[in-house]
Order: sequence, then C-alpha cells, then structure tokens
Amino acid sequence: MLIDGRVDVKPDNSLMHRVNARAEQQVELCYHCHKCTAGCPVAQEMRFGPDQVLLLVQLNQQDRLLSSRDIWLCAGCEACATRCPNEIDIARVMDALRQVALAEGVRPADTSSVKFHRLFLFLVEHLGRMNEAGLLGAHKLWTGNLLADLGSGAVMVAKGKIPLVPHVLRDRAGMRRLFSRSLHPAAADSGAEEPGP
Amino acid sequence: MKSRIGVFVCHCGHNIASSVDVPGLAETLRRHPDVAFAADYKYMCSDPGQQLIRQAIADHRLDGVVVAACSPAMHETTFRRTAEGAGVNPYRCECANIREQVSWVHQHDQPAATAKAGDIVRSIVERVRQDECLEPLTLALTRRCVVIGGGIAGMQAALDVAGAGYPVVLIERQSALGGRMAQLSGTYLTLEGGSERLAQMIAAIERHANIQVLTEAEVTACSGYVGNFQVEVRTGRPGGAEVTPFTLDAGAIVVATGWDPYDLSRLPEVGGGLLPDVVSTLDFERMLAPGGRLARPSDGVVPRQVVFIHCAGSRDPEHGVPYCSKTCCMVVAKQAMMFRQRVPEGQAYAFYIDLRTAGKGYEEYVRRSAEEHGVLYLRGKVSAVAAENGRLRVSGADTLSDLAVDILADLVVLATPMVPADGAVPLGQTLHISTDADGFFNEAHPKLRPVETLTAGVYLAGTCQGPRDIPETLAQASGAAAKVMQLFSHAEMTQSPTVAAVVEDLCAACATCVGTCPYGARSLHPVRAVAVVNPALCQGCGACVVACPNKACFVRNWRPTQVMAMLDQVGWSGDL
Repeated sequence: MLIDGRVDVKPDNSLMHRVNARAEQQVELCYHCHKCTAGCPVAQEMRFGPDQVLLLVQLNQQDRLLSSRDIWLCAGCEACATRCPNEIDIARVMDALRQVALAEGVRPADTSSVKFHRLFLFLVEHLGRMNEAGLLGAHKLWTGNLLADLGSGAVMVAKGKIPLVPHVLRDRAGMRRLFSRSLHPAAADSGAEEPGP
Repeated sequence: MKSRIGVFVCHCGHNIASSVDVPGLAETLRRHPDVAFAADYKYMCSDPGQQLIRQAIADHRLDGVVVAACSPAMHETTFRRTAEGAGVNPYRCECANIREQVSWVHQHDQPAATAKAGDIVRSIVERVRQDECLEPLTLALTRRCVVIGGGIAGMQAALDVAGAGYPVVLIERQSALGGRMAQLSGTYLTLEGGSERLAQMIAAIERHANIQVLTEAEVTACSGYVGNFQVEVRTGRPGGAEVTPFTLDAGAIVVATGWDPYDLSRLPEVGGGLLPDVVSTLDFERMLAPGGRLARPSDGVVPRQVVFIHCAGSRDPEHGVPYCSKTCCMVVAKQAMMFRQRVPEGQAYAFYIDLRTAGKGYEEYVRRSAEEHGVLYLRGKVSAVAAENGRLRVSGADTLSDLAVDILADLVVLATPMVPADGAVPLGQTLHISTDADGFFNEAHPKLRPVETLTAGVYLAGTCQGPRDIPETLAQASGAAAKVMQLFSHAEMTQSPTVAAVVEDLCAACATCVGTCPYGARSLHPVRAVAVVNPALCQGCGACVVACPNKACFVRNWRPTQVMAMLDQVGWSGDL
C-alpha cells in the first residue's frame, strides 16, 4: 500500500546531513532489516516505525518526518540501537529529529510528549534527579489530562514505585553548570574545566 | 559346461547383518546347483575380505563371482579388480545389492529381508551364469583440443591445455580475441588491472607455440566421438570472400561461446529502445571508458542524476528471462562508484528487488557503494520512465517506506541480463549438446558434473552455461581444461564393453534403433543391410533393445535371456 501519493526524491541530502551531524550517526548504513521496528516497544503506536524513519531521512522527507508523532513517541529505550546490526544509534537519530523539528519551529504532532520532555529536563536541572510524583503531577496540570491512568498511578504509589518525597542532589549547582554547558557549548569551552570528584 | 560361481555375502558390520540372516543366507546358497562356493564375512571390501575372495577363486577354480553386499555404485570396481587379480574375467563379477535395496529398507522384518536378499542373490547368480567374458574396448585418441570462443573463458581453457603440452585450436567468430570482457571499462572488486590482464592473456595466446588462433571462424559441423571428433570450420566474414570449409581432427572440444546483451527494445515501458538516455549497463561501460568524457547520448551533457534499474528484464518471465543474471547487482555497484569518481557531485539511485551479492568481498563492496559513495538504494521496481523537459521522470515504488517515488534523472541505466550468445542453440545441435529453456548449454549434472556435457569429450566454460562473473568463469575454464588434460593423459581410450550389439541374422535394417539412440551410436551399415553400433558412443542404455521390433539388439551382459532368467528367481520364495 502506498501512502500520501507520490513523492519527489530530490538530490538534496540536507535533512540527512543535519541529522547525521547532530546524532553523530550514518543513517545510510541502514539496510532495512527491520530489526529495530520488530523490537520497538512503541512501534505499534507509530505511523512509520524506526526503520521507515531512517529511510525517510535517507529520502530527505523533512515535512513528513518532522511533523509526525513518531519522533515524539520514541521512548529512548535504545532497544533499536542495541539490536541494530549496523550499530546505528536510532534513539539518537530520533533525538536529533526532535531537535531539528524544534529548531525549525515545526508544531509537534504530540504536544503531550514535548511537555513531558520539558518537565523531565526541568526537574533534573533543578533537583539533580528525576522526581516521578512531581513530573506526573506537573504533566497532568500542564496537559489538563487529570484523570488518565489514575488507577494504575494509585497502585504504583501503594507499591512505592512513585516516591512522594523527592531525592535531591547535593551538588545542584554543578548539575546546572552541566546543563548550561551543554546548552551553550561555546561559552562553557572558555570557562575553567571542572575538577573531577 | 556347469558354472563354477562363488558367492560372497557381506555383513557390512551391522548394516546388513542386523536385518538379514547373513550366515543362514550363505548356508542356503551353498546348496544352489550353480554355486560352487559360498561364504560370509564381516567386511568383504576389506583387505582380508578381498583375500578371502582371491583364495576361494584359487581353491575352487571359480569362473564367476557374486558379491552380495552394497550397491554396485559403491564397490563394483573394487570387487571386479579383485576378481581380475585372481584370474576371473572382471565382467563375470557382479554385485548383488542387499544393503541399500534390502537391509536398509526392511530393518524391522528379518524373515522378509532375508527372503528378499535370497531372491536378489539368486537372480545375480543367474546373470553371472550367462555373463560373457569381455575385454575393455580401446579407442584411438587425437590429442588436440578445439576451443570454441575467444573470450576469457576460451582463452583460459586454451592456455591451460596448451600449457600442459597439447595442441589447441582456438576458434573465434569475431575478428579479435577478448570477447565481452574487452568491452568493460572496469572490473570489480578493484577497478584497475582488468584490461591489462586481458591484454597479457591475448598476447600469451598469440605467442604460444601450441595454440593456433582462427578468427572470423565458425564451427559448421561436427562428427565423431570423444577422442576422435571431426570439426568442420569455415573462416571469413559472412558475405565476404568465401573460404572453403576445412576439417580439424580433435579429441576434445571446449565450448565457451559466452553471452549477448539483452535487447533493450523489449523494455519499452522504461524507455528501452525509445529514449536515447535510457541505456544498458554494457552501454554505460563504454560511456565510462577511461580518458573519455562522460556524456549522455542525447545532448552530450554530463549526467548528474543517474538512476540504475536492477533486474531490467531478468527475474521477469513476462519479459522472457525468468532467471537471475547473477552479476548485475555487483555491476550496478561498480558502475555507480565509477560514475561518482567521474562526477563527484553526482547522485546515483538504484531500484532493486533484492541485492544478491554472494561472493568473497561482494557484500562489503555493495555496502561501500552506499556508505562511501552515497548510492541510494530503493527497494522496488520502476513502473515507467518518461521524457520531461530534456530529462527523464522515473516513477517507481519504494516498498520499504510504502512511498511511490518520482526521480527526475539525467540518465537511466538498465541492468539487463546476460542471454546466450546468438547461435548457441544451432551450435548445440551441431555438437550434440543440449540447451536449457533459456538457451544456455546444459551441464551433465547440475551439481556433480558442472563442466561436462552429456556428450563425452565436450566440455563447457563460462557464461555459455549460465550467467556468471569473471572469477567464476576462469575457475570453470580451468576445470574444463583439467578434464581435457585428464582425457589426453592416456595413450588410448578405454571404454566399458557392456554396450549394445546386434544379432545380424535377426536385423531387418529398419533403422528404428538409429532414430531411438540418444547418443548417435547407431547407424546402418554402408554396404550390408544391417544396423551397426559405434561402441565408442554407446552408453549401454538399452533404448535400442526395447525399440527393436525384431529383438535383434541386446546389451552385452544384459541379454534379454539373462534378464528373464533373473526375473524367474524373484518373488517365489515367500510372501513379500
């Protein structure tokens, strides 16, 4: 079954080059064995799946890819990267695609995932560790989706899977410096190197 | 005169003895009126087993031997040599197969297996009782090889045979040696070196004292048989000055007639034969010739976007070629890389069904075309190629992304299959070798006899047998040359004497056998009104025996009276 009508494949490898550079990968190594898609825990929710995402990168199908939910659904579990016979870190490719999408100002197909990513990074930056209760609560307030998964949430709290009191890193200033350095690599390069622990 | 036949029953360890009562069988046979001696032994093919046979022949003055053991395909030669060494004519030594045909297939029924073994051994005793003493046939041998085709296959075979000291006549239809390889601009896996090697090979052929090269020459007729062929050759261009055909005597023939390119006009839906910028891989080889300028045919512009289409015509019964041409995946990878070396800013695309890259270093080579030269492989076929503003719109499918794909290209290269060289089928008829449904010559056995044909003394080398690449072609050519050298290493040829013969008093010279014989071994005597057998060609198949309306034909040591007597021994010793 062919989707979306015909596409013109143009000799313009801009998307592939950008993604390869950001992810430090070579997506053209992919020979489409589908092993990544076969093992991906969220592939059934995706429209293309990891293998086809790599192919669409090779075909420079920027519009299709950056606006798709697939790049936001990726859980980053690295099952694909672990299994890939050509050692392509597909999770990093997905991450690079998300970065390109945000840089291009493409409206994400799945805003809930973007909010999740933002909150996750916020918590790690400021607490030094992830806090499940805080993340879930904030995510529910931000998305307005208050009642979803309430039952399983209660069970997880009862089993102690979601600690209500956050663990906090002692050297939170160090963590913030790490964040700042990765967000603004040029500024960090000029600063003094952190001594090791 | 009463026969003095010895029967030797083998246990084959437990192979036979576990389901056949071997000592009991030997004991029963001792009471057989035509059996002078019977014994059983653990392994009859072992040295002590063979010594037992020799001793019994001497002690009991035996004149015939039956070894009840494994299939004759296994040890007939062994036991015949044993019998011959002890003074019994080897053609009066036969194997009764009580292993493959009895013990192995009746493992859980000893009484029935033993009874069946008895039937088989008694029937072979009947056969030996009527076996003639025969001598192997010896035939004269012309130690000269004719090689048909002056491409790399024929040249390699010629060099190998000539290098062993035998004279070779190399017959080439074109005006120069080199064949299809001379049309290639580069060869995988390293692009350099192919043409230099070919030039060296041609030079070596031309200065070789044992090789006579005939160019613009064709084989027009062939008669005779292994060791004694008469090959009629005609030289000169068709339509040019006629040259009287002449005949060469040869002991062996190597056929190396190569391949022709597939006709592009059979692929109009992708522009084949219609659009000038749709070319074949062989055309593209010429365009990539070193030193030349890479220019597309229509307007001489350097192509930037090149689309390769794999399996163009092949693996496609609709287009007349059901087979895989085997080399094209590698050719496309090679040409795409050569193209990128010439046009670094260019982009190559390749539509494929599967990438078939079996061969040492081949998979890595195709991967390199994608990894280092950016060839974009798209898994799917192209449905149409159409001209559009001086370029070519290629409409295809990519089945991995489920996308219908359009590419605007400057040049389309069709990876078309190898087809048999023009004239292969009539040449096969001339040489009495068969061709398959696609027109490639048939080997004697697809797995076990890949360089021989069913006509003894005619061997195959290279792509005339089926698509293959240069290393495989050279290996097969050397294999065919080794068969020729093996044949020529004998002073004369020996042949099994168990061939057809004629009872001349019964023969009506109706020539039914002549038409029936698959080996051309039967003919009518030029003077007398009888059919005769050429024992050099006869393979002893028995087709003429069945066909003869007067029952005048028989195969030596397989006479109808023998076969009837053998049948009489079967099946009346119990309920099987």
